[in-house]
Amino acid sequence: MARMKFLCDADRCIECNACVTACKNEHDVPWGINRRRVVTLNDGKPGERSVSMACMHCTDAPCAAVCPVSCFYTTADAVVLHSKDLCIGCGYCFYACPFGAPQYPKVGNFGSRGKMDKCTFCAGGPDADGSKEEFEKYGNNRLAEGKLPLCAEMCSTKSLLAGDGDDHCPNLQGTGLEARLWLRGMGLADCVQRVDCDVMRAGLCGVRCTAGSLRRTLEGEENAWRNLLRICA
Amino acid sequence: MAKLVAHMRVIAGAVALAFMVAMSAPVLAQQPGMVNPTADAVKEQQLLQQLKTIQGRGTIPDVRSYVLEHPVGRNWQQFHSVTLRWIGGIAIVGMLALLVVFYLARGMVRLESGRSGRKIVRFNGFERLVHWMTATCFIILAITGLNVTFGRPLFASTVGSEAFTTWAEWARICAQLSQLPFTIGVVLIFLMWIGGNIPNAVDVEWFKRGGGIVGHDHPPAYRFNGGQKAIYWIVVLGGGAVAITGYMLMFPFYGTTIDTMQYAQMIHAVVAMLFVAAMLGHIYIGTIGMEGAFEAMGEGTVDVNWAKEHHRLWLEDEVARSPKVREPSPPNNHVETFTQDARLQGRAFYIRGPCELSVSPVGAALAKPR
Repeated sequence: MARMKFLCDADRCIECNACVTACKNEHDVPWGINRRRVVTLNDGKPGERSVSMACMHCTDAPCAAVCPVSCFYTTADAVVLHSKDLCIGCGYCFYACPFGAPQYPKVGNFGSRGKMDKCTFCAGGPDADGSKEEFEKYGNNRLAEGKLPLCAEMCSTKSLLAGDGDDHCPNLQGTGLEARLWLRGMGLADCVQRVDCDVMRAGLCGVRCTAGSLRRTLEGEENAWRNLLRICA
Repeated sequence: MAKLVAHMRVIAGAVALAFMVAMSAPVLAQQPGMVNPTADAVKEQQLLQQLKTIQGRGTIPDVRSYVLEHPVGRNWQQFHSVTLRWIGGIAIVGMLALLVVFYLARGMVRLESGRSGRKIVRFNGFERLVHWMTATCFIILAITGLNVTFGRPLFASTVGSEAFTTWAEWARICAQLSQLPFTIGVVLIFLMWIGGNIPNAVDVEWFKRGGGIVGHDHPPAYRFNGGQKAIYWIVVLGGGAVAITGYMLMFPFYGTTIDTMQYAQMIHAVVAMLFVAAMLGHIYIGTIGMEGAFEAMGEGTVDVNWAKEHHRLWLEDEVARSPKVREPSPPNNHVETFTQDARLQGRAFYIRGPCELSVSPVGAALAKPR
């Protein structure tokens, strides 16, 4: 039982795109699909920040709400996954998702878009863990092997983190997201629940932090990130 | 004395300065903490609500991936999950309820003067072919479309995900096969019947008298009465709208963005719901709502008495076009009438034989007397 989240610290992201490449390679992602991408805001201006973005594994996922065939499901680790066997390629999830996560292998192919593809938090799909079918449809299932998503694990600046947003470990004994944030001196994790988190009605720390960085970037407020942490602590 | 006053002034100034510094120190110290977390969050939400899209720059070739966040997706979700279901539910269930109540209250509109036994061509073979092609495709598209909106809440849990998705996949394929003939049908309907469907003063009168079905009356009408003209324009405009928006959805990113596709889906869905409701009314009047009406599209001919009651001006035009058609004779000797009247005999032949000749306005040009 966990609540898996991504968190990207825009102060640390150097826009190397290694997460994008690692994801494509790890999962043999079809041509034309990028499960993860890096977006640079205020490019070339003061306050330029880059953010690595993928499926946010929303707690109240809009894609799952609008899917006409209920192909989405949330795992015990609160990872939002979908079944490519059930998907009919209608495209509704990709109208509803605020993060542009759902994508189709065949855009513009006379209505047959193929099966939707998106970030799986390296948790595969409904097929048997580690099976050939699972790999072909969804990519590697690292979570089943006890590993965290590769994009975050290989991030050179540790800007991108992945872990359990509910892993409370005030003594820094845990290995989850919160512990790593504490180690980084942020003390952020507890704030996630305290601060109004319903950006996108998602209620997730990944969004929260991304939005925090964004807000700072957009307003040009230098210390907003630190302020946010101070408020939350 | 003046010196004392000057000293006092300096002291007072120093005290005031010290007081101000002392007062402001905590304020300065608190500065970073002065941001109210709640207010902050409100500000952030406002910011996200103001922005339709937060877009940056990326390094991968896919320019669509440069959008970081697209908060308006939730508006579409609200529309799809709540608003659309209400619109569709009220329009369709409301129409069905209305028709049931209307049928119970009014019953089938009978032919007041009975059947004459003499028939007149109303729709030729081509017109009927186009109508039924469009109608078949419409029914497929309506069922599959309603399935996308209502299928999951109504059936998915009952039949199970696997079965439902198999059906939904087939429904999607059927819908995609039906869209082209439907669009062609709408275009042909537009071209074929535009001549008879320009609204005019007769329609105003027709509507004032409640048409032939609401009022117990037979207001005069040409080939198409006010209600039929309304259906025609619903089909042409509504069908055109669903076709255009449907193609926009079928070809994602061909001149569209996620935003335009969201709008296209909203227009598509709302128009389709109202279209289905309107067509339920059309089907009702064409079948159990009115005696003798189905024959027009079924066999292509209608009883002359039916034409007289419901489309008197059209019948008069037709009679004027072929002067030998006179008052209908009693049903028992209609065979004699046919044999006596060479022109009518000819018509009866055409009705039963190939449909290239008829007396309908479209076919009239072809129906040269022999």
